[in-house]
Amino acid sequence: MSGTGNTIGTRGLVLNEPLIFEQGSPGRVGYSLPPVDVPEKKAEVLIPKRLLRDGIPGMPEVSEVDVIRHYTRISQWNYCVDLGFFPLGSCTMKYNPRINEDMARLPGFAKAHPYQPEELSQGALQLMWELEQYLAEVAGMDRVTLQPSAGAHGELTGLMMIRAYHTSRGNPRSKVLIPDSAHGTNPATSALCGYRVVPVKEGPRGIVEAKAVAEVMDNEVAAIMVTSPNTLGLFEDQIVEVSKIVHAKGGQVYCDGANLNSVMGISRPGDCGVDVIQINLHKTFSQPHGGGGPGAGPVALKKHLAPFMPVPTVEKKGNRLTLDFKRPKSIGKVRAFAASFGVLVRSYTYIRSMGSAGLRRASEVAVLNANYIQSQLKGTYHLPYDRHCMHECVFTDALQARHDIHTVDIAKRLIDYGFHPPTIYFPLIVKAALMIEPTETESKETLDQFIAAMKRIAQEAEENPEVLRQAPHNPKVTRMNETKAAREPKLRWRPTS
Amino acid sequence: MRYIPNTDADCKAMLQAIGVRSVEELFADIPAAVRLKRPLKVPPALSESEVARQVRALADKNANADRYSMFLGAGCYNHFSPSILNHLVLRGEFLTPYTPYQPEVAQGTLQALYEYQTLICLLTGMDVSNASMYEGASATAEAALMAHRITGRSEVVMARAVHPEYRAVTRTYASQLGISFREVAFTEAGVTDIGQVRKMLSERVSCLVVQSPNFLGVIEDLTPLAEAAHAVGALLVVAVAEPVSLGIVKPPGECGADIVTGEGAGLGTGLNYGGPAVGFFATREKFMRHMPGRLVGETEDREGRTGYVLTLATREQHIRREKATSNICTSESLIANMSAMYMVTMGPQGLRDVALLNLRKAAYAKDRLAKVRGFSLRFTGPTFNEFVLRTKKKPGEILKGLLKRQIIGGLDLGRFYPELKDCLLVCVTEQNSRPEIDALAKALGGGR
Ligand SMILES: Cc1ncc(COP(=O)(O)O)c(C=O)c1O
Repeated sequence: MSGTGNTIGTRGLVLNEPLIFEQGSPGRVGYSLPPVDVPEKKAEVLIPKRLLRDGIPGMPEVSEVDVIRHYTRISQWNYCVDLGFFPLGSCTMKYNPRINEDMARLPGFAKAHPYQPEELSQGALQLMWELEQYLAEVAGMDRVTLQPSAGAHGELTGLMMIRAYHTSRGNPRSKVLIPDSAHGTNPATSALCGYRVVPVKEGPRGIVEAKAVAEVMDNEVAAIMVTSPNTLGLFEDQIVEVSKIVHAKGGQVYCDGANLNSVMGISRPGDCGVDVIQINLHKTFSQPHGGGGPGAGPVALKKHLAPFMPVPTVEKKGNRLTLDFKRPKSIGKVRAFAASFGVLVRSYTYIRSMGSAGLRRASEVAVLNANYIQSQLKGTYHLPYDRHCMHECVFTDALQARHDIHTVDIAKRLIDYGFHPPTIYFPLIVKAALMIEPTETESKETLDQFIAAMKRIAQEAEENPEVLRQAPHNPKVTRMNETKAAREPKLRWRPTS
Repeated sequence: MRYIPNTDADCKAMLQAIGVRSVEELFADIPAAVRLKRPLKVPPALSESEVARQVRALADKNANADRYSMFLGAGCYNHFSPSILNHLVLRGEFLTPYTPYQPEVAQGTLQALYEYQTLICLLTGMDVSNASMYEGASATAEAALMAHRITGRSEVVMARAVHPEYRAVTRTYASQLGISFREVAFTEAGVTDIGQVRKMLSERVSCLVVQSPNFLGVIEDLTPLAEAAHAVGALLVVAVAEPVSLGIVKPPGECGADIVTGEGAGLGTGLNYGGPAVGFFATREKFMRHMPGRLVGETEDREGRTGYVLTLATREQHIRREKATSNICTSESLIANMSAMYMVTMGPQGLRDVALLNLRKAAYAKDRLAKVRGFSLRFTGPTFNEFVLRTKKKPGEILKGLLKRQIIGGLDLGRFYPELKDCLLVCVTEQNSRPEIDALAKALGGGR
């Protein structure tokens, strides 16, 4: 029926598994606790009864075996990097080294308390201090705050610092320039900082042109938020001129660093005039995505913004590392405690494993892999910007649309062939985009299998379009009714009766 | 490099297929002036065994709760994590997918998050929960922004007994939008002063933010606080930094809370020097569409089979851009799911038992330590697993002395509250045995 013979995608045995709330039996337990070795006072004696709860109706009662089976079964309904190719554009789905997981779980990190004395936290502080140096070097910046918990959190932190900088000079300013190809977090972040978004159109080559920026740049613009390389996978080759124009009117250049994976050791945003950049450790620096976090979004910045960094910063005083909270111009804090520390351990381990040459090699191969896919699929799929790309390439469904086959159909059919779909319908400036980012951790054979599957799908679009419209056929469920989900929101299980 | 499969020969074949001679040509768009002409100043690569040795050497420089008796809480609690949790979150199927944008191949993450949302609702007594925020403090800040959006008002009243870092983060977020702040003092019982709350509340106030158990360890009586807030049309936001307390303490949802936020790391994730953590965020049905963050909803596929998807995306940045309810994108799915695994492993009885164990051990410690000469209880209100001791000697010196006996004795409250500079915040969990508590008392001069 599905006709995907001779590829890696196939059907296999997966088990049905109901919600955990529909399982178990009263009195069944999955936990053990040490005996009570202190007086067994009743709760009501210690806390007034009106402040106590009766129970937690609806919480499941299951055994340890039940928990393992439940999660193991449902886990098998997920596609993941460990299983195969995950070319989700803009997301840098590279392999997640397991040594990093071991390091994050060392008791000296996993069981350290953020408020334990500094003299007993020197290892954690040293790791943070060194990581700051490495990230600053890769980005070409002066300082880094490790506090933000994801990319968007980094954007927010960066923009708050820019706002504080302008405020200290007398006017916070009111606008932020954002190219139309930007990720949604950029305008959303600007709004959270109280800024009005002024869109900037890309030129015909898919990049932000200096003259377009000059036209809208004025003394009320706090910053431009550029993504370089951008979401079309193109290097913003006028960024130096753009930076000069923005700086000349007192503005700041914020770079969304989500795509840093393509330029490590090759070009540094700081050398391009960028003042602030967030670095997504869960993209470029191998922190696993976890189905949507945890990540971390350290923000690298130039000296003039250092007074505004969130507290605490990590400082070196002789041989001793300390947390510095006495920074009067600081924007304050963006999360409790120092950082998403476990994520930092993983990225630190990754950087030490890769080394200087390895990081550069990663970027080179990431770009090579993307260009290889682009060159092999060009002609089969419409390529709106026909130039060499960086870490990702962006196609559209224009050649398939005449068979009434759309980006979503192509994406869903890829699942049958054993691949995760690319990012679809983003960036918004490309109609019906298919955004493919292979990363450096994929072999030529994998890319060839993917390319073959994409070509087969293009052929199917002509010969048997219905099989695409009904795709995917192999997973446990077919296309989901998203309209129903939004119209009649059901966001939780509820106990019956 | 073992993480990069392509060999030089593979690369050459690919370059040929592309039609270029070298990788350099692919970077031709990067202007020469901004090319890096030297190697990155990052140390050379280490083998796996070398990197493990070096990173372990760093870890070994830190104190940790295995080597020290840990009486430090203050928003980051030393609870036991059942072994299965780590095994389950290390499954590649949970560890290595992206946010579930393609539901057909992400039903595992989606169902797990749907269950997480339900578990948070059951634990907090609320109607709906999102699929996670970064951590407790920023979740609380986003709650204040949500109250501002709902009420259109620009003043936040926040209890001084809320975690100082939660207050700091909320202030940072809110000040960007010109939202002003006022703090309510705590009483001699260690609870938020309801009289002062009533005076500060007005029709300009969007929300009252309190924490329970609060930073001083005292359980707040939320019902009158909710009534006071609602009387002026403001929302009550309740932060819960110690989720294990909810095994026994009445949930904020049963006390009139409108938004409940908090830190879920206490549910099996652990200390990790403060992170990763997970912010939970739950509210009433009527405010559902004002929520920040991802939401997982139930629906069906084309053949009528039940399944789950990310839903109500019209609140979010990728659809609404500058009009979104938040900028949050990647959050803390894996940690949220780890906390869900904890909750189902413990079940209703386990959650109650572990909470009771915390309560009883802390009550024993409180009794024992308050009897040591030079120490007394600072507040009279009911506590869960944390309490404040007033000390005759300087808290900093006391803590230093304890370190010599491998005891991390608590928090010097002067760090955050000048008015409590003669006070220690002590936390006792199920991980602290009676002999450890006795050793602490003895080290403080309490004999036996
Ligand atoms: C270009 C770009 N910017 C920003 C972000 C936001 O990063 P995060 O999801 O870590 O908040 C993303 C992630 O999808 C992205 O692709």
